[in-house]
Amino acid sequence: MSNVTISRRFDFSSSHRYYREEWSQEENERVFGLCALPNGHGHNYTLEVAVTGTPDADTGMIINLVDLEAAVDGVLIGFDHKHLNLDTPHFTERIPTTENLATVLWELIGDALSSARLSRIRLYETDDLFVEYYGESAA
Amino acid sequence: MNTPVVHLSRRYVFSASHRLYTDHLSFEENEAIFGKCANPNGHGHNYGLTVTVKGPVDQSTGFVMPLEQLDAAVRQYVLDIYDHRFLNMDVEDYYDLVPTGENIAKRVWERLAAPLGGALHRVVLDETRNNRFEYTGE
Repeated sequence: MSNVTISRRFDFSSSHRYYREEWSQEENERVFGLCALPNGHGHNYTLEVAVTGTPDADTGMIINLVDLEAAVDGVLIGFDHKHLNLDTPHFTERIPTTENLATVLWELIGDALSSARLSRIRLYETDDLFVEYYGESAA
Repeated sequence: MNTPVVHLSRRYVFSASHRLYTDHLSFEENEAIFGKCANPNGHGHNYGLTVTVKGPVDQSTGFVMPLEQLDAAVRQYVLDIYDHRFLNMDVEDYYDLVPTGENIAKRVWERLAAPLGGALHRVVLDETRNNRFEYTGE
């Protein structure tokens, strides 16, 4: 049977701040610009979750969308209407850039999808800026 | 420690006119192939240009590439040269090349490959809402 990819879109809204405590204020402002402002700022994020697999012979489904939604919603509840730096445990060491947020979501959603293969995360921070993560890593 | 490799994409817009016509063919042949796109004085589009870079996420900044660096390269090497121009007459890329969406995507790739230091992964050119061209350097 052929592999097919299904993709589902989700929305969540969060705030964040780009700042490294071990750097000076000037260095943070030079590297992160407006994103280093003390009180943070927010975005409406759009997340596309892609799952790849062979459609089940009986149901015709790669994954039941109800299960996909439940898995992703269960992850996003930890991010939606939260301050990523202050209200989640994921960004104590890492800056909550779109890149890092995508890899965190990959790990959490991948764990939540017990039976299906997560193949791509696409995360829009704004309409004209997005990242994609396929689980790749470099040594 | 393994570093995640992430694709970062940014969408830009530019407006330009073009004419699909080649001197290597007769006027009739041009009209047969390119239709109204061969009209002598050209026509224009609002082009959407999505540029994707790929690389390891910097452990300190969390960036694949600082957006200012990506924006500056696209602005300097593409947008400043293409925006509000007649591509056939004003941009040397098309003095001897028909500025189809395919060729524009390829030329944009060639313009950005060196400035982006090997991180360039994909160029997507939207000519209209319905026409899209992708080039990955193949």
